[in-house]
Amino acid sequence: MTLLSNFYSSHWILTFLVFFPGIAGLACLFVPKNQLKGWALSAGMVEFLVSLPLFWTFEIGRTEFQNYVSIAWIPEWGISYAIGIDGISILLILLTTFLLPISVLVSWEQIVEKERAYYAMLLILITGILGVFVAFDLFLFYVFWEITLIPMYFLIGVWGHERRIYAAVKFFLFTAFGSLLMLVAILVLFWMHMDQFGTASMAYAEMLRLNIPGSLQFWLFAAFALAFAIKVPMFPFHTWLPDAHVEAPTAGSVILAAVLLKMGVYGFLRFAIPLFPSAALDSTVVMIILVLGLMGILYAAWVAAVQPNIKKLIAYTSVAHLGFIMLGVFAFTGQSVTGSVLQMVNHGISTGALFILAGFLYQRRHTYEVSAYGGLAKVIPLYCGALVLTSLSSIGLPGLNGFVGEFLILIGSFARYPWITLLATTGVIFAAYYMLPMVRRVVWNDVTVDENRKLLDLSRIELAIIVPLLLLMVLMGVYPKPFIDRISASAEWMSERVEMIAQQQDAAQSVAAQEVRNGGRAGTR
Amino acid sequence: MVGAPVLDLLRALVQEAVTHEAAFAPFLPSWMILLPFIGFMINGTVAYLAPERRKLVTIVGPGVLGLAFVLAAINLMLMAGVQEAEPVVRTYWTWIEVGQLKVDAALQIDQLSIIMALVVTCVSFIIHIYSIGYMGEDPGYARYFAYLNLFVFFMLVLVLSANFPLMFVGWEGVGLCSYLLIGFWFTEPAKAEAGQKAFIVNRIGDFGFLMGMFALFAYLGTLDYQGVFTMAPRAFEYGGPAVTLITLFMFLGCTGKSAQIPLFVWLPDAMHGPTPVSALIHAATMVTAGVYLVARASLLFALAPLTMTVVAVIGGVTALFAGTIAVQQFDIKRVIAYSTISQLGYMFLAVGVGAYTAGIFHLATHAFFKALLFMASGAVIHTMHHALEHAGEPAGEDMSQDMRNMGGLKSYMPTTFKTAWIGALALAGVFPLAGFFSKDEIIWSVGARGQTVLWIIAIITALLTAGYITRWLVMVFHGANRAGEKARTHLHEAVALMTGALVVLAIGSVVTGWVNIPEALPLLPEFTWLHHFLHPSFAAAEHVLVEHLGEPAHASPIGGAEGMWALISTAAAIVVILLVFQALKGKKYLPVREAKEPTGLLGILYHKYYVDELYDLIIVRPFKWVCMFSWRVIDQGLIDGVAINGTAYATRFGGWVLSRFQTGYLGTYVLIIVVGILIILGVVTL
Repeated sequence: MTLLSNFYSSHWILTFLVFFPGIAGLACLFVPKNQLKGWALSAGMVEFLVSLPLFWTFEIGRTEFQNYVSIAWIPEWGISYAIGIDGISILLILLTTFLLPISVLVSWEQIVEKERAYYAMLLILITGILGVFVAFDLFLFYVFWEITLIPMYFLIGVWGHERRIYAAVKFFLFTAFGSLLMLVAILVLFWMHMDQFGTASMAYAEMLRLNIPGSLQFWLFAAFALAFAIKVPMFPFHTWLPDAHVEAPTAGSVILAAVLLKMGVYGFLRFAIPLFPSAALDSTVVMIILVLGLMGILYAAWVAAVQPNIKKLIAYTSVAHLGFIMLGVFAFTGQSVTGSVLQMVNHGISTGALFILAGFLYQRRHTYEVSAYGGLAKVIPLYCGALVLTSLSSIGLPGLNGFVGEFLILIGSFARYPWITLLATTGVIFAAYYMLPMVRRVVWNDVTVDENRKLLDLSRIELAIIVPLLLLMVLMGVYPKPFIDRISASAEWMSERVEMIAQQQDAAQSVAAQEVRNGGRAGTR
Repeated sequence: MVGAPVLDLLRALVQEAVTHEAAFAPFLPSWMILLPFIGFMINGTVAYLAPERRKLVTIVGPGVLGLAFVLAAINLMLMAGVQEAEPVVRTYWTWIEVGQLKVDAALQIDQLSIIMALVVTCVSFIIHIYSIGYMGEDPGYARYFAYLNLFVFFMLVLVLSANFPLMFVGWEGVGLCSYLLIGFWFTEPAKAEAGQKAFIVNRIGDFGFLMGMFALFAYLGTLDYQGVFTMAPRAFEYGGPAVTLITLFMFLGCTGKSAQIPLFVWLPDAMHGPTPVSALIHAATMVTAGVYLVARASLLFALAPLTMTVVAVIGGVTALFAGTIAVQQFDIKRVIAYSTISQLGYMFLAVGVGAYTAGIFHLATHAFFKALLFMASGAVIHTMHHALEHAGEPAGEDMSQDMRNMGGLKSYMPTTFKTAWIGALALAGVFPLAGFFSKDEIIWSVGARGQTVLWIIAIITALLTAGYITRWLVMVFHGANRAGEKARTHLHEAVALMTGALVVLAIGSVVTGWVNIPEALPLLPEFTWLHHFLHPSFAAAEHVLVEHLGEPAHASPIGGAEGMWALISTAAAIVVILLVFQALKGKKYLPVREAKEPTGLLGILYHKYYVDELYDLIIVRPFKWVCMFSWRVIDQGLIDGVAINGTAYATRFGGWVLSRFQTGYLGTYVLIIVVGILIILGVVTL
């Protein structure tokens, strides 16, 4: 027992969770082909089951990092193996591990070519994502951040649909472009640390102590923010997303929407804002980001409303949802940040489920066109029940999960930015406007296409995939307290602390500026 | 274990008998909500797994509602036994909590909520019973009852919740059920589309509700009723911008849910749902949620005189506007649908002038007589549909619901005919039926607050109401039958379950009026029970109104006391009924296929003032265009096409240009080097 409790109270649980999928993925290359899927599924289940107790061992209300460790890795360059979790990351980690076995099951029948490499890529991708969520060393973070690129690139490019190469290259160029600038910024931070403290360090905790002059803070923030904004993606950097989603295999879409995009928001919360508080909270910067977030909410909803392709529609709704999340992050109140983190999980569940359901249709009819369907409620009622419930969760029907996050974001943002919140809230109207017509044209009406008359309803595997997601939607809508509790302490602490530091820095800099002016006057006298 | 609740009840009753001043203790309040939910779970499971098990559905569906009704009645009696009972809040779990924001899953049992719960469960129960007959042969029987149970669950959450966000759960939940039930026969595209329209239009209102909550929280830091209403008088200045804005936002929500101008357009289309659904959701319960919200937040509204005026004006104008449309409709349900919009307008008129009890009173009486009128229509439609089908004629909605195909049904459906008359007279406000008492009180209150124009509008609308409902009666039940020779032989009275429900509702349409008899009426004892019962819920708001606006007058704007005007109005209603009856009795209507569209002024009314067309022209189409523009021009054209792929092509082109120089011939390289040197030398020397 002590061994077990030590495991869950130390970094070992995180270390295991991060590296186990990757190792299992490499092992996939050597497993006999007929046992491959079983192996991948067991690996996914082990990963998820091992991660699950973390939900309860996580200490509620503690604001410091938990399960934290920092081990020197390359001491000459100050690089360490520093990992840990807090309220911002805990649920994202569990969401990732929860979606892993589901992704394997989703791929069960869809992926028939080069299965070995496929499952290896999928598992390695999870290692990269989890690494991003636990890393507390900038170098380590950057390595994991880049690791996620490669498997995703292949998942889209090899196992995708018709225009997969175009989509994969676009995905790669967009995100690589952003992260290169971030690398430059990380190096600048490294040299600044060298300069100010005389030691080499890449540790996150060390970087927080840096005293970064105002204008440089803006540039460094901009470099980080661009990388993250592309990942989120924020308007107008979003055009890679619909293409990537439409072409990716179902599991790729699920991981992409549910967790990969969240790396961008997480980056803002963990790095861009705390490292450069006075730049991030500068009123112009905040206004730009809020307006872009608002553009995402409204504009992406409008574009989603006229999409003839189900997957593209869901992709644009993702942009709109992430707009809400960014609004909450940069409104920077305890409620709005908590709401944003919660909404990241909610969006992962409901949008993940939407992509899965779209994938089920594709398995049956090999098309994502809305017009190819219609009247399915008569033919496959279970499927339609799941689709309607998921759509309602996605458009934030109270009583389901999506509402809780949206409500927290908006009510928290209203206190600071009433006008922007007013405009953002109109997003709930447009959400109904883009989602319900799709539901109507797929689920309701009469069957008009003959191929649809003989569709089979959800199979056992499909039920096993979708039912846990549906249950979570209801649970997190009716009783979100356990989830909120795990987030709110960190979110509130962070929003208060960053604000305080930003004020201190601004005050210090205006004092410095005063001194310079005084000094100048003294010189002329 | 089973006995425990009964023991609790007995104890409560005994305690109440012994000590008359005992505090009010609600009896199993959560079960009022849980029972319909259990019904939903059972019926929903049956709908998926064994839709043929109708017996189970028939017992469970209405059964849970019957029990919920009994619970509501017990709680009402318990509460009525205590003088000015304090509201009781039962907290079950914390729903959302971050920082200062704390929203509980909690119920508040007070006078207002228990009256609402009683009306909701009572009408729902009767309509569930009726539905057994109406939907008896439908293949989606279990699904229907699952939706209906779920609706009652959300409706009770709406009225019993102890804070605004939880009310919003019920608010959107009933909207969801409305969406599912309007599109119940989803294979017909028009029905699925009507459900969708209802949802989207309602979401515009919900936006207002949300904004109202956000602003309220920003000012008060709480969303619990108790907290809000304790703090509001001190936190908000009378007529200040904050409270005005909050209440205006909330009222936007009301115009959506309760189908008022400008968001009423979804309700007439909602008539595509099964008729019992129209009766329950789109007449008796859900659409009154907006009135309930204003009554619930009466203190906030009372603090915002501007909003009060807006509420009253929108209510009055909607009442008149929808009343005129009802005059020239031919669909048996659409007349009643516009009548509902009009009557909801009356309720808003009432709460807009601070006559909260009158508004809730009319809400309750209207629930009965309007449900009755809808279900009488349902019985007629049911039999028309069957008759046309048996006769081998088209039996779609446009045929079986058009009153021009009806006429003379009184001899075929005597019970429906009689009960429909009772409902119609109640709607027209004829003494001694329910509508007389409640409508009269509204008109009187409007006059007493000195709103002369609105008062005149209310009186004109009352006369219009008497007129259009008489026309409806004549076209459906009187004169010669126009269904055609073959179909006529198949016309018959509805089954006993349905007529039984009609009779019960007819009784309700009479007696519900007698719970609140104003003192001013001659020959009748004063019995203002409802007024006294609801007093604690509205005392704070009424206090604010009296403080700032003074006591209401004791005479109408042109003199005369309440009793006199009550006599005048009922006499006027009877005169209108007789005149219209005489005028239309002998009129020869042509069946639908021979009839022409009305023209001129009647044409404008027939086309409902072209509001749908107008909205389509100025909102729906331009917005769709904006969406297409955003996608095709901005997203695909500018961002992805020019900026992103443009950069990519530019890079590729640059690479191509440079690659032209990589010819592999030594001569080219020498040439480039020489030219380069010359350029450099030139630059340096100049």
